[in-house]
Amino acid sequence: MKALIESIVSSLVDNPEDIKITETEEDAKLVYHLAVHPDDVGKVIGKNGRIAKAIRTVVYAAKTDTKKRIYLDIM
Amino acid sequence: MREITASGQTVDEAVQSALEQLNTTKDQVKVEIIDEGKKGLLGLFGSKRAFVKVTLAKNKIEETTEYLKKIITNMNIEAEITVTVTGNHVNFELSGENIAVLIGKRGQTLNALQHLLHLAINKDGKQFYTVSLDAEGYRQRRKDTLESLAAKMADKAVRMNKKVALEPMPSFERKIIHAALQSKKGINTYSDGVEPHRHIVIKP
Repeated sequence: MKALIESIVSSLVDNPEDIKITETEEDAKLVYHLAVHPDDVGKVIGKNGRIAKAIRTVVYAAKTDTKKRIYLDIM
Repeated sequence: MREITASGQTVDEAVQSALEQLNTTKDQVKVEIIDEGKKGLLGLFGSKRAFVKVTLAKNKIEETTEYLKKIITNMNIEAEITVTVTGNHVNFELSGENIAVLIGKRGQTLNALQHLLHLAINKDGKQFYTVSLDAEGYRQRRKDTLESLAAKMADKAVRMNKKVALEPMPSFERKIIHAALQSKKGINTYSDGVEPHRHIVIKP
């Protein structure tokens, strides 16, 4: 899952080495927290959150081995 | 990434010979001049050849294809990607077994992926590309569905003599409906609302 998020985001930002993804597990959900270089924030959110929405749609569509709900938290 | 050094009487000639060796065109390479060379006296005495270093830039289209492939593999889906380029329009066609996951409800995953590809291919590139992503002929099927929906809704608008609003759709899907109803008499179509809730209204 982390690999998927990273592969999507790395081609969108200017500083791919500054991508940080952390995973926190809660009762019913798995939360992934994505942080990027301060200059790249706009590139992962986009106008009206269009890019953020696209990233989430793709991430949520991926098959997972857990039954838990997945959330993607950006910044 | 491939790079070679080439020489010639002038810088231009050196670049030209490098391009021939790499079998490519000037807009796909980066040229670095090592030595500009000297003409010399009457082109005979003391002339120095020009040297250039030419680096073959990685093709944006190939890079984006790899990007797409990486995303799909990381989603644990196996799919074949066929790329066709016409002018500055790039079409990616996916085929495979579990393709429904990649299309999503009303193509939302496919549209999201298409948007990401569009961003990746046009990132810091000089050339602007338009991208379309298709999976197992989904776009054509969707076009047929939209056209029959358009005809049905247009009839409804005429019959009830009332405006009919359709559900929100991305711009290229609205375009299909506008085009389908353009020649139809007695109705008018326009889009209303702000993205991402922009939708078509059919007015009798």
